[in-house]
Amino acid sequence: MENVVQRLLKCSTSTFFQLHIVNCTGLGEEGVKAAVATSRLERGKLRRRTRAAVETGVGHREPGPRTRRCPQIAFCPAFCDPDSLPPRVGWIAAGALASIPTPAAHGSAPSIHKHGSSMASNSSSSGGSDRQRIAQQRLRIIAGHLQRPAGDDSALLAAECKDQGSKSDASSEEKTVPRRRQEIMKWNGWGYSDSRFLFNKKGQAEFTGKRYKLSGMIIPGLKEWFEGTFGANLQHKSPATPILNSSAVRPPTLNEAFVEELKSTGVPFSHDAEDRVFRAYGHCVHEIFALREGRIGRVPDLVVWPNCHNDVVKIVELACKHNVCLIPYGGGTSVSSALECPSEETRSIVSLDTSQMNRILWIDEKNLTAHVEAGIVGQDLERLLNESGYCTGHEPDSMEFSSLGGWVATRASGMKKNIYGNIEDLVVHIKMVTPRGVIEKSCQGPRMSTGPDVHHFILGSEGTLGVVTEVTMKIRPMPEYQKYGSVVFPNFEQGVACLREVAKQRCAPASIRLMDNEQFKFGHALKPQVSSIFTSFLDGLKKIYITKFKGFDPNRLCVATLLFEGNREKVLQHEKQVYDIAAKFGGLAAGEDNGQRGYMLTFVIAYLRDLGMDYYVMGESFETSVPWDRVLDICQNVKARIVHECKERGVQFTPLSTCRVTQTYDAGACVYFYFGFNYRGLSDPVHVYEQVEHAAREEILANGGSLSHHHGVGKLRKEWMSETVSNVGIGMLKSVKDYVDPNNIFGNRNLF
Amino acid sequence: MASEAVFSHRDPMLQKRDEFEDMLEERRNSSDLRYALRCYTPVLYKGVTPCTAGALKNMVLQSAQIHFVIGQVSNETGRAVDDIQEEASAILEEMAHSLQLSTVRFFAFTLSKVFKTLFRSICVNEEGIQRLQQAIQEHPVVLLPSHRSYMDFLLMSYILYTYDLALPVIAAGMDFMGMKFVGEMLRMSGAFFIRRSFGGDKLYWAVFSEYVKTMLKNGFAPVEFFLEGTRSRTSKSLTPKLGLLNIAMDPFLKGEVFDVHLVPVSISYERILEEALYARELLGVPKPKESTSGLFKARKVLSEDYGSIHVYFGQPVSVRRLSQGKVDRGQFNLTPRHIPKRPSEEIHSFVNDSAYGLVRAQEENMVLKPWVLLASLLLQNHHGDQASGRARGMALDELTEQAVWLRDLSRQYGAFLHWPDHVPPPEVVSSSLSLHRGLLTITEGRVQLASEQAGGPAGPGEPPPVGPEEELLRQAVTVLSCVSYRNQALHVFLRPALLASAVHAASSSGKQEIFNSFSFLRNMFSNEFILCPGATVQDFEEACFLLVKTGALHVSQQEVVVTERGHRTLAFLTSVLDPFLQGYQVVCRFLSEEANEALTEKQFVPTVRKFIIKRLLAGRLRYTEVLSSDLQKNALAALLRLGAVQKIKGAEPGTLKVNKVMVHSLEDALGGNLPTQKPAAVARL
Repeated sequence: MENVVQRLLKCSTSTFFQLHIVNCTGLGEEGVKAAVATSRLERGKLRRRTRAAVETGVGHREPGPRTRRCPQIAFCPAFCDPDSLPPRVGWIAAGALASIPTPAAHGSAPSIHKHGSSMASNSSSSGGSDRQRIAQQRLRIIAGHLQRPAGDDSALLAAECKDQGSKSDASSEEKTVPRRRQEIMKWNGWGYSDSRFLFNKKGQAEFTGKRYKLSGMIIPGLKEWFEGTFGANLQHKSPATPILNSSAVRPPTLNEAFVEELKSTGVPFSHDAEDRVFRAYGHCVHEIFALREGRIGRVPDLVVWPNCHNDVVKIVELACKHNVCLIPYGGGTSVSSALECPSEETRSIVSLDTSQMNRILWIDEKNLTAHVEAGIVGQDLERLLNESGYCTGHEPDSMEFSSLGGWVATRASGMKKNIYGNIEDLVVHIKMVTPRGVIEKSCQGPRMSTGPDVHHFILGSEGTLGVVTEVTMKIRPMPEYQKYGSVVFPNFEQGVACLREVAKQRCAPASIRLMDNEQFKFGHALKPQVSSIFTSFLDGLKKIYITKFKGFDPNRLCVATLLFEGNREKVLQHEKQVYDIAAKFGGLAAGEDNGQRGYMLTFVIAYLRDLGMDYYVMGESFETSVPWDRVLDICQNVKARIVHECKERGVQFTPLSTCRVTQTYDAGACVYFYFGFNYRGLSDPVHVYEQVEHAAREEILANGGSLSHHHGVGKLRKEWMSETVSNVGIGMLKSVKDYVDPNNIFGNRNLF
Repeated sequence: MASEAVFSHRDPMLQKRDEFEDMLEERRNSSDLRYALRCYTPVLYKGVTPCTAGALKNMVLQSAQIHFVIGQVSNETGRAVDDIQEEASAILEEMAHSLQLSTVRFFAFTLSKVFKTLFRSICVNEEGIQRLQQAIQEHPVVLLPSHRSYMDFLLMSYILYTYDLALPVIAAGMDFMGMKFVGEMLRMSGAFFIRRSFGGDKLYWAVFSEYVKTMLKNGFAPVEFFLEGTRSRTSKSLTPKLGLLNIAMDPFLKGEVFDVHLVPVSISYERILEEALYARELLGVPKPKESTSGLFKARKVLSEDYGSIHVYFGQPVSVRRLSQGKVDRGQFNLTPRHIPKRPSEEIHSFVNDSAYGLVRAQEENMVLKPWVLLASLLLQNHHGDQASGRARGMALDELTEQAVWLRDLSRQYGAFLHWPDHVPPPEVVSSSLSLHRGLLTITEGRVQLASEQAGGPAGPGEPPPVGPEEELLRQAVTVLSCVSYRNQALHVFLRPALLASAVHAASSSGKQEIFNSFSFLRNMFSNEFILCPGATVQDFEEACFLLVKTGALHVSQQEVVVTERGHRTLAFLTSVLDPFLQGYQVVCRFLSEEANEALTEKQFVPTVRKFIIKRLLAGRLRYTEVLSSDLQKNALAALLRLGAVQKIKGAEPGTLKVNKVMVHSLEDALGGNLPTQKPAAVARL
């Protein structure tokens, strides 16, 4: 406790100080209060600043779903004294870790708040007292972060690049994603350690933690849905191995010469078993399943945490010199076996974790671009930009954890691509370190005719060519207004027809997604306990209206969720246009709540898989893109194929096989499939799972779908690459690889 | 899986088949009227609501494919789009069914009456019905019945109605439309009519295929058509026609449906209604045009006993499973699916293989009556008599003994033989003979084929025979009727018979030599019998397996040797194939001796017939059945396929150009000098 206080004091006395507070669990509520109280007593000035800081962190934007943790807060004199604010460009260019809120950001607070509330847990009201409450809560968390577990001084290996930018950046403690990911994240499941679904003693489902809107809530319908859908039983548990057994991890094969030289560079590294295991897998079901059973295969032998571009250059040089295999690691959210260490690799494998390269280096307001280090995770990037009144608008479902470099390397797609574009539309400039040297363009022209775009060798290269270190991205002013919506259609066919029409008229909202009937029901099962009788009464009325009065068959109807963004007037106009089109296809507006819940589902579904795995249910999602005329057929056939294959392979209970259309394009759509089944009684469930997924992918390809819309190929889908891009295409890719990386230093063996 | 079994070659003895139930039994014990008016509520595909005939037509006319083709035709011919649209609409009008439950009920009533008079029983495998019901709920279904009689499709609908299954829509030849009232009746009971040939008519093809696909895709009703294309006049399965099967598989191959299930249905008649009619047709008496009055004249058939009918609904065959690893469905990814495209080589051969497999599945589940075996034996005896010049016939006890022997043999070969085992064999024989007494004369305990058909359509109204040629033709009617029964069992003996003939003809017992002969014969007869393309080795192995199993052959790595007890079997088998061998030889002889420059395809059958009659009368040929135009046409088709005869565009279309050297050498080969070296056929053994 003393530490905390002293630190606060120390900070306050420095003339140009920044307080970076990073994740840390453990400090109790009381401790925080005490800390705050002490600081108040000690320094009245500080109190003022702290409050202000809290407000900057919370008040002007309830950050995205997963951004409740507010690890980086910048204090600076400019902020304390608005009048002495230096020219903005100055402080931004100075490479401040966190940018400073601008008046504009404050101004737009209420409307943005709306967005935040969609996913984050706090109430949607933006009233003063509420804000205060949130602020206090925030402070509690921040204060909690101040306490670090003892004896973690390895973190203190200096990061000179950071110091070049800002002196205050003393240690890695200030990072959102810590080097020791295990401190806040699960080692054998999705997401934060404190957030998980469980069935409590009463058999009711609840979601723990405080990070999400659903956190701390009881979900009464989930048990029935879960048992009914999968034939699962709460009596039959299949718990995971609770603790990682370090002895199950093979000792590292170190390349001594490499390690020696690495030490001299000062770049932090570790060969701790936990660190290595954490970087050996993504989130494919077979990877998680093995971890839950405590089975650990080949893992990297060493993890390095470069702090900046130059660190990466050094590491790559050393790797080439000593013939060490490098596997870049960003957010670890891969679902394509891309992070798996190739079993045939005999060299020492070094995982290059970019998570500490997470600064926004500058913001160029004239051109609306930001230059960002590629290790930054989505939530931080958005939050930090938001603080300056901007956003990238790139929101992949994994944005809590996935990194900018990862997006570039896999050709990611964001939920709101209709307004902002996919990653390839968003990048202006990319810097990548390869064994041949650094590749980058010489200018930032918005479009060039200079032969094939070299960016496209980098986009989707999946870590086979080098490490993306810095990216210049387009940014946009934060939208003034956001509104959710939903439409119920009598059946999926009508829904798809409506989406097609919306795409044809090119009036798609920021996001438009169509869930099939099974997912609609799933969404319903995830409704948290309703507090008032009135709400449940209203729900009942709605249901009666739709099913009885409008004659919708509850087993066929489906729902589209919508998100509109922009200026208020235009949003309302746009909304009307979309609802008018929907009406032509029998669609009924079904309110904002349903829409919001739909988007929330996206963020919790990965947590739900872990719950399933506790009860013999295994699940996965996969995606494709397909021309419009094929959408219905592919949905129907792939779903049927999954059911068919499960039956063939002895799965006793009909699996959950469902889909949704998540993106619309001029010439087609992106379709997501979810598949889950009860594996009780199967001797090798992962094998069954893999066979079914394989068959489903074959079905997708046979139905004119693509190998992947945004998950990438990795190793999971590489067997289909040559038929996908033709042999000549593979040859082209290989020749690039041969030139750029002749010794296969980037040896993750993804893609081909 | 079950559906794979259809195409597998395992021990045919082990084939498990379902039990039959007589569906007429209930009809004899309860009211037909109530039956016809009962509540009929079939389950449909995934619970779709049935679609009216009018709505269906609209769906077809508004489909993307029709739009595309109309545009295309308009571009090519310069005709106005509206005009072509109207034509499309007219085509559809001519084609479409207009299924009405009232008509179905009418048929249900009248057919009950008719069937009860004509047949002793109509036996159906109810397990097959259950499988079908399941299939209809889960997938679009195509019914593929064998085609031996006009009765087939009425019978099919009757059965489905009885078992409360969705009524099929049936592809029927346009010739039925000639029967004014009946044509419309059939239309209202679910038939749709297609022209026999529409070669280059794009629009017709588009409307037709879209019509079938729309019904199939949406699962409005099972689609029924005859793979063989037309009724088989010989009771041998005909080589399949691929057009409709192509269309039926298309929705699956293009990913428009998850799967299509094909259900082969085998309909076996103990006595075919059209028996004598077919024989006369094959002999060159032209087929009477289908007419309503003709149908009424056929009334007198009502007074006859036609035994029983067996209808066997086979295992549904999943097109998805069938195509696994054979077709890359991704080939449709790069062009819009509504643009009609000629099927790729890959798809063509897949559809072709499937079609053969399906016809074989039909064959395998054909029920054989004891009479079929008796007819085979009597014919062989008849030919023996012909050769020796004495018409003695067969003693009943000898016939019985041989029949029992053949019964056991055919069962070992996997025949679906309905021989009542609880009845003493002599009784089985005599009751079988009595059903077909019109074809026989039995005197002093000896049986032989009747020299002229009593009570057949060649009734008393006709003038008595005047010359040997007429006499011969009269005899031929009986023989061909008998042949049509023998033919029902041909598929059972075919492969062993090909091997037996190869062994018989080969100069040594070398396995490779025998295989080459087998392969030659198989190739020669692939228009005559159902022999799956490209399955020579498989067929050879199957034949070896069967003959070894029954102890007739000993097959080693190098040699094929006939065992002591195998001679009887081999003698029987060779004489099964002999008429065909001889027939093909005669056709070759004709072509090399008599054919002139101006011979056209049209003239071929009449001239070859004259030639054959001459040879029969001269006693240089003993098989009257060679007079069958079916055999003659098949022989010509084989020669055309092999390139020994070519169709050229001469003065008249279809002029035949004969390669006399080649024809001669083929004749030679068929006559016993089988080629031992055939590079193409040297396969891995």
